[in-house]
Amino acid sequence: MGSGENKVVLHGMWASPYVKRVELALKIKGIPFEYVEENLRNKSPQLLKYNPVQKKVPVLVHNGKPVCESLVILEYLDEVWSTGPQLLPKEPYQRANFRFWAAYIQQLLESIFKLFNADKEAHEKPLQEVHEKLRNLEDGVKEFYFPEGSPNHISAENLGILDVMLVSVLGPFRAKEEAFSVKILDPGKNPLIFSWIQALIELPLVKEVVPPHDKMVGVLQFLKQSGFKF
Amino acid sequence: MAGEEVILLSVYASMFSMRVRIALAEKGVKYELKEEDLTNKSLLLLEMNSVHKKVPVLLHNGKPILESLIIVQYIDEVWHDKNPLEPSDPYERAQARFWADFIDKKVPCKISLQWAAKGEELEAAKKEFIEALKVLEGELGDKPYFGGEEFGYVDVALIPFYSWFHAYETCGNFKIGAQCPKFAAWAKRCMQRESVSKSLADPEKVYDFRALTGLQIFFIIYMFDFYCLNSLDFIRSQVRLLLNFVIRISSKQAVCY
Repeated sequence: MGSGENKVVLHGMWASPYVKRVELALKIKGIPFEYVEENLRNKSPQLLKYNPVQKKVPVLVHNGKPVCESLVILEYLDEVWSTGPQLLPKEPYQRANFRFWAAYIQQLLESIFKLFNADKEAHEKPLQEVHEKLRNLEDGVKEFYFPEGSPNHISAENLGILDVMLVSVLGPFRAKEEAFSVKILDPGKNPLIFSWIQALIELPLVKEVVPPHDKMVGVLQFLKQSGFKF
Repeated sequence: MAGEEVILLSVYASMFSMRVRIALAEKGVKYELKEEDLTNKSLLLLEMNSVHKKVPVLLHNGKPILESLIIVQYIDEVWHDKNPLEPSDPYERAQARFWADFIDKKVPCKISLQWAAKGEELEAAKKEFIEALKVLEGELGDKPYFGGEEFGYVDVALIPFYSWFHAYETCGNFKIGAQCPKFAAWAKRCMQRESVSKSLADPEKVYDFRALTGLQIFFIIYMFDFYCLNSLDFIRSQVRLLLNFVIRISSKQAVCY
């Protein structure tokens, strides 16, 4: 297809995990795109036009038509760019299973946000919730995603929706841990997820997407101090 | 399809279970309905949905599929030859999924507030709820269904909440139909479909279901755990509901919940 036929623009914000998902998916699928950094305190008229309901990033604009909501965008990319690397399996039962765990990783992010929003003295309960979700995730994906028991198969060529989701949530996990002085991911408690994310963040493609550590720590601390609700 | 075993673990008054029942009916799938008692969950439910321990759960030839919208999509993909629910065009499909996600975020969360709250909180919850419906009305426009000419995915996602409107209206003391006439007209149109009328819980039964004894309050806590994003606020609101209920019972006022 000629470059004029498939214009893809991603409106995003560099620290948003939701945007990171779409960015990584576009790179995995080898889709050329233009990136527009949004200032969320001063949203562009284009963003408000393309996402009038939620007014949020990411918004993917494909040939002038907007698609909103990160998971919706991921499935859209898979369906339109249906040759080449696929994020979801084709078989319906496996698709349902991958969709379930993709949604669960999103719930893990929501638990991490709850942790961020809590006061330092009230960290224990939200942290327990995060650890419980990590445990469930580990047990849940073990059988069907890591049949050999370790992430040996992870490579740039076969990344899928679960890898994309995990990178968006845990890619910057060390920055999150430092910014909030908490231990989110313990290799002793979650050996599989720990080695999974380690394998992912070593890939050059993923390195391009995960925000730099110090920058991430800085923005998280800044947001927390200014009373931002994650 | 011969030799297919389809079982649905469901709760009569659950909007999320209703979605799946509508989808199965649209496709003409024969299935066994197992009604769950959420105060006493069956071993099958606990085994098949060990992560969330919630309904609905679809069992297809022994394999579990979880989460109402994921189940509806699964049904659409497997029984794809009859009454397609999701649009065939990828862009339209993305729009439909966006609206289903909007519904999940904006419609059920306010329920717990409405039940437990009074005064300002209740008014705020009602306002947000009506606003969400108005946005949906805007999306519906002049189309007969959200799917256009045909009943589809977004209609399936939304119509089950209609069975709870009578209960909200009675307790919130407001008329949803009056404020959202387009929505009311759409709902009536959907109700004319057999798949919908047979799958939706009777609004009176839903209302009675809400007129509870103390034990069943905890049933509700499980029920609305589905999409409550802030479970601590939710539990607080349920405790308030219980206290309110106890006070009303003891002062012999009409039970609203």
